[in-house]
Amino acid sequence: MSAPDAESVKSMRTPLGRVRNLGSSHSGTTDFWRQRITAVAMVLLMVPVIVVVMMLLGSNHAGAAQMLGSPLVAIILLLFIIASTWHMKIGMQVVIEDYVHHEPLKLAAIMANNFFCFAVALASIYAILKLASGV
Amino acid sequence: MVEFALPKNSRITGGKVWPKPPGATEMREFKIYRWNPDDGKNPSVDTYYIDTHDCGPMVLDGLIWIKNHIDPTLTFRRSCREGVCGSCAMNIDGQNTLACTKSMHDVKDGAVKINPLPHQPVVKDLVPDLTNFYAQYASIEPWLKTTTPTPQREWRQSHEDREKLDGLYECILCACCSTSCPSYWWNSERFLGPAALLQATRWVTDSRDEATGERLDNLEDPFRLYRCHTIMNCAKACPKGLNPSEAIAELKLKMVERQV
Repeated sequence: MSAPDAESVKSMRTPLGRVRNLGSSHSGTTDFWRQRITAVAMVLLMVPVIVVVMMLLGSNHAGAAQMLGSPLVAIILLLFIIASTWHMKIGMQVVIEDYVHHEPLKLAAIMANNFFCFAVALASIYAILKLASGV
Repeated sequence: MVEFALPKNSRITGGKVWPKPPGATEMREFKIYRWNPDDGKNPSVDTYYIDTHDCGPMVLDGLIWIKNHIDPTLTFRRSCREGVCGSCAMNIDGQNTLACTKSMHDVKDGAVKINPLPHQPVVKDLVPDLTNFYAQYASIEPWLKTTTPTPQREWRQSHEDREKLDGLYECILCACCSTSCPSYWWNSERFLGPAALLQATRWVTDSRDEATGERLDNLEDPFRLYRCHTIMNCAKACPKGLNPSEAIAELKLKMVERQV
């Protein structure tokens, strides 16, 4: 029930021309598929990660370093971080594309989302590797 | 950002209560969205009472009764009155559906509330401007595309392949699904919407069509196709009982299939 926005009223472009606009970007499937892969990965990793986190509860730095010294534990956590931050990045981008229509703001938001997710991923990976290597 | 509130000039204010039909023993209350582009006023919701003994059972019968007996200025689209043409699509009791196949007795709790299809520009009263919706349908090029020279007789199709079109070909393009879809509300300029995508699936699925890849190319886009988040309002709204959500999932599956 919204009034037609001023821009579309002013434009004399045909409705079909407006729908075709800049054409199809021939992309999106990769993100769609990756979102499913990371979702399934997280389902599989959820139980081992919960077990690891519960075992880590209450332990001090040395205890954590000792546990993460096990390659299996470290790899489970690394895989979980990669899957979840990747999933988070795609999911947030979908939300931004859905709701943010102001073009420059959208681009800035997508960029910030990429920075944030990459930083979170890298910080987590660094922390795990640092503990795992016992340095 | 997305506009969650109605623009100032679209906000509903007041509304007229029309007199009850004299001599009626049983009545039904209708609350109908009114907006006239010529009077410069905001939309309103008018209240009408129909004589149920003098009127058919469907919501469309009620609208026609009101137009004939109470208020000839009430504007709505209608044609076949049997769920085939899709003209009388509107929002009845909070659900997009066809006025001609929706019984007013199925609307519980008091008044029958009628609004135009959501989130489309209104031409007048219950008539939405579906220009963009039709252009989106045209953009999927809904006709048979072939390179093989046209055969002397018809393009042949096996019974099994024909059956694959069931649940797709029945769409009457009433726009109930697309206008019930939040993704379509927020991005109707770029997201093709459930109706156009269901129709696209119909042509992608057709065994006689030779442009399947081009059709998928044309759809493969974060906005055209991937704005669908399987919310399923479309399947709930469809007055023909179709499932556009499932059709769109089929498209996504084909997209993955051709690349993995």
